[in-house]
Amino acid sequence: MIDATLLRSLTPGVIGVLVRRGADFAAAEDAVQDALVEAVRVWQRDPPRDPKGWLVTAAWRKFLDATRADTARRRREDAVDAEPEPGQARDTDDTLQLYFLCAHPSLTPSSAVALTLRAVGGLTTRQIAQAYLVPEATMAQRISRAKKTVSTVRFDQPGDVATVLRVLYLVFNEGYSGDVDLAAEAIRLTRQLVAVIDHPEVAGLLALMLLHHARRASRTTGDGKLVPLAEQDRAKWDTAMIAEGVEVLQAALARDRLGEFQAQAAIAALHADAPTAEETDWVQIVEWYDELLAVTDSPVVRLNRAVAVGEADGPRAGLKALAELDETLPRYSAVAAYLHERDGDRRTAARLYAEAAKKASNLAEREYLTRQAARLNN
Amino acid sequence: MAKYLLLKHYRGAPAAVNDVPMDQWSQDEITAHVKYMGDFADRLRESGEFVDERALAPEGTWVRYDGEGRPPVTDGPFAETKDLIAGWMIIDVDSYERALELAAELSAAPGKDGKPIHEWLELRPFYGHPPTITE
Repeated sequence: MIDATLLRSLTPGVIGVLVRRGADFAAAEDAVQDALVEAVRVWQRDPPRDPKGWLVTAAWRKFLDATRADTARRRREDAVDAEPEPGQARDTDDTLQLYFLCAHPSLTPSSAVALTLRAVGGLTTRQIAQAYLVPEATMAQRISRAKKTVSTVRFDQPGDVATVLRVLYLVFNEGYSGDVDLAAEAIRLTRQLVAVIDHPEVAGLLALMLLHHARRASRTTGDGKLVPLAEQDRAKWDTAMIAEGVEVLQAALARDRLGEFQAQAAIAALHADAPTAEETDWVQIVEWYDELLAVTDSPVVRLNRAVAVGEADGPRAGLKALAELDETLPRYSAVAAYLHERDGDRRTAARLYAEAAKKASNLAEREYLTRQAARLNN
Repeated sequence: MAKYLLLKHYRGAPAAVNDVPMDQWSQDEITAHVKYMGDFADRLRESGEFVDERALAPEGTWVRYDGEGRPPVTDGPFAETKDLIAGWMIIDVDSYERALELAAELSAAPGKDGKPIHEWLELRPFYGHPPTITE
């Protein structure tokens, strides 16, 4: 059985080798995809001793096959002879450059996500299409356009790690778990990024993902009903993953360069740390929300902070914090409903839960909110 | 990354600006309209935003359960049904603004005298997947 994850983890390095040998990024990426497909077929009966070397050879051959002009081919073959074999340091640089390229600011979020999953993640177009529930032809087109968009970007140009983190966050947070587990894939790609760049926010994002992923088994019931944090069966939380998340986070925080992902991870860590919902340290969570607001002031953060204030200082204080926010914010009604119920006003809470259900952005949340309204109405 | 349904109505949408029924157009006007729709879908395929498109026959049947062991009851079509869906297109786009832009482009399909119909389209968001990180 071929280790698909190992195979895919070699993808960025192999693309890097081809690009340095003179292939343009788009052609190199196509050639490596073809080589991956061949590897799956061939390795089954004939596993190579040097998987990466095998892939480089196969991908380079595919690249040459795809390049029809004889003169161009001769020139490139000369380039191969001149090129020394890649070392470890180069491999690390190539991987990082690929992350930057695939999350280039000229790409739309959906294009950056698709390109990252293919060129860095080594997923096939079909797998990515299935994960995002679009036709394969549409995804193929999206990826090919994305490659065209970045075709003029120099491969060795320094990139912005913040754009890479946003793409990985999107893959993790909006991933649908079908055939390909996008949340697990996002964690794998973030781990790989941690290995090639020393940056506390990259570690912060990895910690955030681990701390949330650790709660996955408890987040929904078998039939897909949402279970809110306070009602989750904490025995189902993955304690090893939580421990790893906390460790990664502590090392990042020790660097004293706080960013939004570290602050979010700190909040997740405080939740993960509570043996029961009642023992949650809400006072410290509010403090972390204040830290988060200091690095990134957003209405969504303020909304979540209002919930935390409601737990730390009572529902009236939470409602007071909520009153300062725009009522049209997503999930505003849901938060208001929750705080009003805690404040003993069941009638208002029921009305707001019903209102929130109408505004939900997904079916599971709509059903959850409808059930809350029904519970209070009966 | 969100999916939207662009819904076209045979009946039930507010009146379009260029509201002349297709059976009163010239052959060329019909051809131009059909071509516009096809080109629009092709552009979406090319931009990687196309998910699906379907057209529905205008005459349907109303059906309901009529109790254990009994055949389904059918009725209709009802002339008084206000909302009659003609078809849809499903798009996968980066933003609500982009969905509006595409809907407007579709609504500009030419009708009588080759002028845009300015047809009203209904834009409906699909439910997505619950996000993992909510607090």
